[in-house]
Amino acid sequence: MSAVMITRKVTRKWEKLPGKNTFCCDGRVMMARQKGVFYLTLFLIIGTCSLFFAFECPYLAVHLSPAIPVFAVLLFVFVMAMLLRTSFSDPGVLPRALPEEANFIEMEIEAANGNVMAGQRPPPRIKNVQINNQIVKLKYCYTCKIFRPPRASHCSICDNCVDRFDHHCPWVGNCVGKRNYRYFYLFTLSLSLLTIYIFAFDIVHVVLRSVDSGFVNTIKETPGTVLEVLVCFFTLWSVVGLTGFHTYLISLNQTTNEDIKGSWSGKNRVQNPYSHKNFIKNCCEVLCGPTYPSVLDRRGLMLEDSSSPTPSDASAASTYKNGNPVSQTTKSSAPLIPNEHTPDEAKPGIGAGTQKSTSSPKEEKPPSPISPNAVAPAVIKESAH
Amino acid sequence: MATEFHNLQELRHSASLATKVFIQRDYSDGTICKFQTKFPAELDSRIERSLFEETVKTLNCYYAEAEKIGGQSYLEGCLACATAYIIFLCMETRYEKILKKISMFIQEQNEKIYAPRGLLLTDPIERGMRVIEISIFEDSGSTSSSSSGSSPSSSTAQ
Repeated sequence: MSAVMITRKVTRKWEKLPGKNTFCCDGRVMMARQKGVFYLTLFLIIGTCSLFFAFECPYLAVHLSPAIPVFAVLLFVFVMAMLLRTSFSDPGVLPRALPEEANFIEMEIEAANGNVMAGQRPPPRIKNVQINNQIVKLKYCYTCKIFRPPRASHCSICDNCVDRFDHHCPWVGNCVGKRNYRYFYLFTLSLSLLTIYIFAFDIVHVVLRSVDSGFVNTIKETPGTVLEVLVCFFTLWSVVGLTGFHTYLISLNQTTNEDIKGSWSGKNRVQNPYSHKNFIKNCCEVLCGPTYPSVLDRRGLMLEDSSSPTPSDASAASTYKNGNPVSQTTKSSAPLIPNEHTPDEAKPGIGAGTQKSTSSPKEEKPPSPISPNAVAPAVIKESAH
Repeated sequence: MATEFHNLQELRHSASLATKVFIQRDYSDGTICKFQTKFPAELDSRIERSLFEETVKTLNCYYAEAEKIGGQSYLEGCLACATAYIIFLCMETRYEKILKKISMFIQEQNEKIYAPRGLLLTDPIERGMRVIEISIFEDSGSTSSSSSGSSPSSSTAQ
């Protein structure tokens, strides 16, 4: 080890994060890899609003009230702010387990499994937890090497476990999870209002102008109106429907993921243990609850001077807490998981504005086919306190 | 009971990492952040049960306070919504303030209680709020303990 000048390259932690996210602005912005549909969303919103401000607003401000464009501007700003917040923030990604933690969990699992006979598939890795007198199964994530907290799910598109995973939305170019669900909901709500607003005033404008100069002339003078009406008409059905759907989910304190899987559909007497059984309380928890911090320290510094003399384990009092280079090499030894494939999410359909991650059933493929002779599924009972 | 007395710096320079214990989350009350107070066997000879339980219970209280849904959180939420959440760019949220308190609490606990016993607590936020990692150190001169569940990665010291 020669005494060479060490050029300390400052790397931020986001550069070494596993998963398929893209980061911008030096880690401040976090999105999914495929952003095409997000750009389309931006284009539609900004384009339609620009047409509205250019064609309708001058006429309406004069003939009806100047408050109309003012309110439209406020609504537009709010919609954009919510969209950008949803798209750019960390949805609640759970960082992967570092090697020691992963090993610790493995040892616990092996201890619980007991002796698995050679040639037999090991039992599925499940932990049972009792929440509000309901047994909830915590599943093990083979990619992240953790037992997923309740309501968390692994998004195969972003290749991350996300806390309170709702769905992966290509329209906003990000997952929707615990940290950005309320922004997503406010985005759909405000976009519904904006769409209804623009649609309504388009009609009013056309009617008022037609009274003066006839319908055909009106269309000739403000061709943008036709485009706006078209866009708003189709957007209305999808976005208003989506807002209604999410309002329903919020009132029951459910996620889209749980709704699709039918986790709390009521069969087998399974009830939602997270619901307060009160519409107002559920809404308040989801919309007015605390703002959770991101546990991914994206902008933290990773010091990379690797040639420090006589490294002793405990002497690295530097901020090199992340064993990420180590975890990256061990990542290759993780079992191959069939959820690496991206499901076809590029379906910008009119009806469904959301894309749901179907990774969880795929995640279960390795452990699920249990041979008849295998031991009963090893269930690590939570013995709290 | 280990009689080596370390302060935090002495720990880093002269002790070597033997193993790590991970205190898991307790989900019995739902998805709120709460850690199990079950005393791990590996710490049996290193620290008194009551001290450990006290630490974990205090941490649980801090997190419960941060995640409490009540008047203050409503106010913060409504105010932020009214400003299209732009206010969060300048203001620190209540949760972040409490996280700072937690970080100071852990540092204080490490200095006063854990380092003198050759242990080190890691703030849960650095582990995704999944576990409380407790590193168990041995004196460099003595033989390390046999239960080496941790991989011998030299780069993951504190």
